[in-house]
Amino acid sequence: MGNCCCGGNCQDARLKEILEQYKGMDGVLIPVLQKAQELQGYLPEKTLRTIADYFDMPYSEVYGVATFYAQFRLIPSGQNVIKVCTGTACHVRGGQKILDRVCSELNIKPGETSADGKFSLEPVACLGACGLAPVMMINDSTFGRLTPAKVSEILAKY
Amino acid sequence: MTMSINIAINGQKLTVPEGTTILEAAKQIGIEIPTLCHLKDTNEIGVCRVCVVEVKGARNLVPSCITKVTEGMEITTNSPKARKAREMVMNLILATHPKDCLTCDRNGDCELRTLADKMGIRKIDFGAPVKDLPLDDSNPSIIRDSSKCILCRRCVSVCNEVQKVSAIGLINRGIGTTVGTAFDRGLADSPCVFCGQCVSVCPTGALTERFNLREVWQALNDPDKHVVIQTAPAIRVSLGEELGEEPGTIVTGKMVGALRKVGFDKVFDTDFTADLTIMEEGHEFLQRLTEKGKLPLITSCSPGWVKYVETFYPEFLDNVSSCKSPQQMFGAIIKTYYAEKYKIDPAKIYTVSAMPCTAKKFEANRPEMNSSGYRDVDAVLTTRELGLLIKEAGVDWASVEDSQFDQPFGEGTGAGIIFGSSGGVMEAALRTLSEVVTGKELKNLDFKGVRGLEGIKEAEVTLNGQTLRVAVANGLANAKKVLDGLKNKELDYHFVEIMACPGGCIGGGGQPRPSTPDTKQKRMEATYRADKGLPRRKSHENPAVQEIYKEFLKKPLGEKSHHLLHTSYTPRNK
Ligand code: SF4
Ligand code: SF4
Ligand code: SF4
Ligand code: FES
Repeated sequence: MGNCCCGGNCQDARLKEILEQYKGMDGVLIPVLQKAQELQGYLPEKTLRTIADYFDMPYSEVYGVATFYAQFRLIPSGQNVIKVCTGTACHVRGGQKILDRVCSELNIKPGETSADGKFSLEPVACLGACGLAPVMMINDSTFGRLTPAKVSEILAKY
Repeated sequence: MTMSINIAINGQKLTVPEGTTILEAAKQIGIEIPTLCHLKDTNEIGVCRVCVVEVKGARNLVPSCITKVTEGMEITTNSPKARKAREMVMNLILATHPKDCLTCDRNGDCELRTLADKMGIRKIDFGAPVKDLPLDDSNPSIIRDSSKCILCRRCVSVCNEVQKVSAIGLINRGIGTTVGTAFDRGLADSPCVFCGQCVSVCPTGALTERFNLREVWQALNDPDKHVVIQTAPAIRVSLGEELGEEPGTIVTGKMVGALRKVGFDKVFDTDFTADLTIMEEGHEFLQRLTEKGKLPLITSCSPGWVKYVETFYPEFLDNVSSCKSPQQMFGAIIKTYYAEKYKIDPAKIYTVSAMPCTAKKFEANRPEMNSSGYRDVDAVLTTRELGLLIKEAGVDWASVEDSQFDQPFGEGTGAGIIFGSSGGVMEAALRTLSEVVTGKELKNLDFKGVRGLEGIKEAEVTLNGQTLRVAVANGLANAKKVLDGLKNKELDYHFVEIMACPGGCIGGGGQPRPSTPDTKQKRMEATYRADKGLPRRKSHENPAVQEIYKEFLKKPLGEKSHHLLHTSYTPRNK
């Protein structure tokens, strides 16, 4: 952080400001992680290490908390966020096959971002569109009554 | 004053002191309640719920391991409700657990398997995919097989609380929850010091040492190889446990006899280099004392401790003795002095060491440990592996006859043996220092102030009118306390012994399981018994040590010593 040369506006400097707000306080890890994520859109390893060092906490503990809560992302989101429903209705109608197809098509696992940064994949419990099962969403668009073949077609359009 | 509490368990009335848990109270009247996550004083978190019992008036079943008794409590341990709940918990654990018992390292002593048997589980009621998680075999010491992990968190508590390393923790969530390192890249890429305390407490086969038996067998079967083994001081008081003896049995002679039967060309005693360490380290201490060098001098025999200080307190690296550990000194001496003396090509020598320790595997692998021109130590076996080696070789332990260590490194002193217990290195050093400094024979050899299982011990010793303050710490949480005290100048010592494992090597991460306070106490007592029984109890009186200085090393801290017996340290990232 010492070689920052942007006049205090870069992310490192702003992260430092956040940390200083919570200096000496107990039980502040979650709000600090939230603010750091707002700042960067996700929580890169370097940020987690900086936070841990600042509060003199083990890396394993900070990483444990960051991976425990679904709200935290440890990798940047892709340009497009795919959510595949794994709720009961979708499951019964082949939701797993949809998820598998997305994974194989993009060569990623749930929670990951594709190598080209174009997609990230998040499994969700229920999208509330059970009538259309199996369902997935890409950003704000919902796609229902899916088949694995349709998934490939849809992804190709992005 | 502690109050007495009146309770009833399964209808039987009893009175126990306040603060007793239901589990402990039940034990007093001969009722055993199953437990898995519970580890007294270390992991009292009540997460697995395999120990639940019914308490009259309570809405839910309570975990007996953490629930303290209260006045008038009526407990039923075997009500249908409690039994059903416990079976359900076991079923859930077993459903996703690999059924690898036949080939699992814990085949013989798995707590999970034993419990399933004791609870009479003969069929698993749920169908669920068996856990299939990647193996962490990133390092030379320890293998983590998360598929066999039941998330009891004993390892996490030990690493956090007892060792203050916090290399591992619970990561991810839901069904993806595992025990892992920060950023999930394996122990090699973490501050783990490879002490193996986690391995020691794991109830399942999820944590094991990295086995080196195969390499050792290969060397033993190679007619071109001259295979020697050195056995650490703490092994002779614990190996017996692997072979059916009571904890605290001293098996030195039998061990040597068995290893000969296994086929080693020479069986040597690490005591020899323990004595050598005392010569080198004692002189290093005197040099620092008289030349106003950096004090306190801190011992360096424990590789887990060495990695800890490199990682967490690099500012103390100049305090750490430059002496290699006895294991590494041995390796270097075997492939130089011994090879020359007996005209054996060092390239054909294979050195095995049997250690109570998993960190020794890491130490032997450190890149700088090749001062003989070869890998100084080729393979390290834990006490557990040594037991297995003897069994694999088909040696019938009961009928093995006592044998003596081979010369020239079969000669050890009592000072060398007590290296195995916390305080032993300090005591051994004080015995030698006293005589070297005063020139007079030491009458009372027992420095009792530095003995025992206590985490931090202090003593004062007067040598030629100068009072030396010494301290002994075992377990890294205690080491941390001492270092923090030194750092903020609340503590001030001349000489400090630190061992990574609670109790010292007798409680090492490679020792037979379980390693309870009780078994450790017995092993510790055995090291002092063995010391008392020897004709020589001071390192400088070891004739083999005197000989190696005369023939080869010339003098402590001399040029050869510097090259072969001393080392340097590297600060490391957390
Ligand atoms: S850990 Fe225990 S129960 Fe699991 S496979 Fe190994 S022996 Fe069997
Ligand atoms: S690795 Fe072993 S000790 Fe650690 S949580 Fe898993 S089962 Fe428990
Ligand atoms: S070996 Fe020691 S430091 Fe490493 S994870 Fe286990 S307890 Fe922690
Ligand atoms: S042993 Fe009591 S909750 Fe695990």
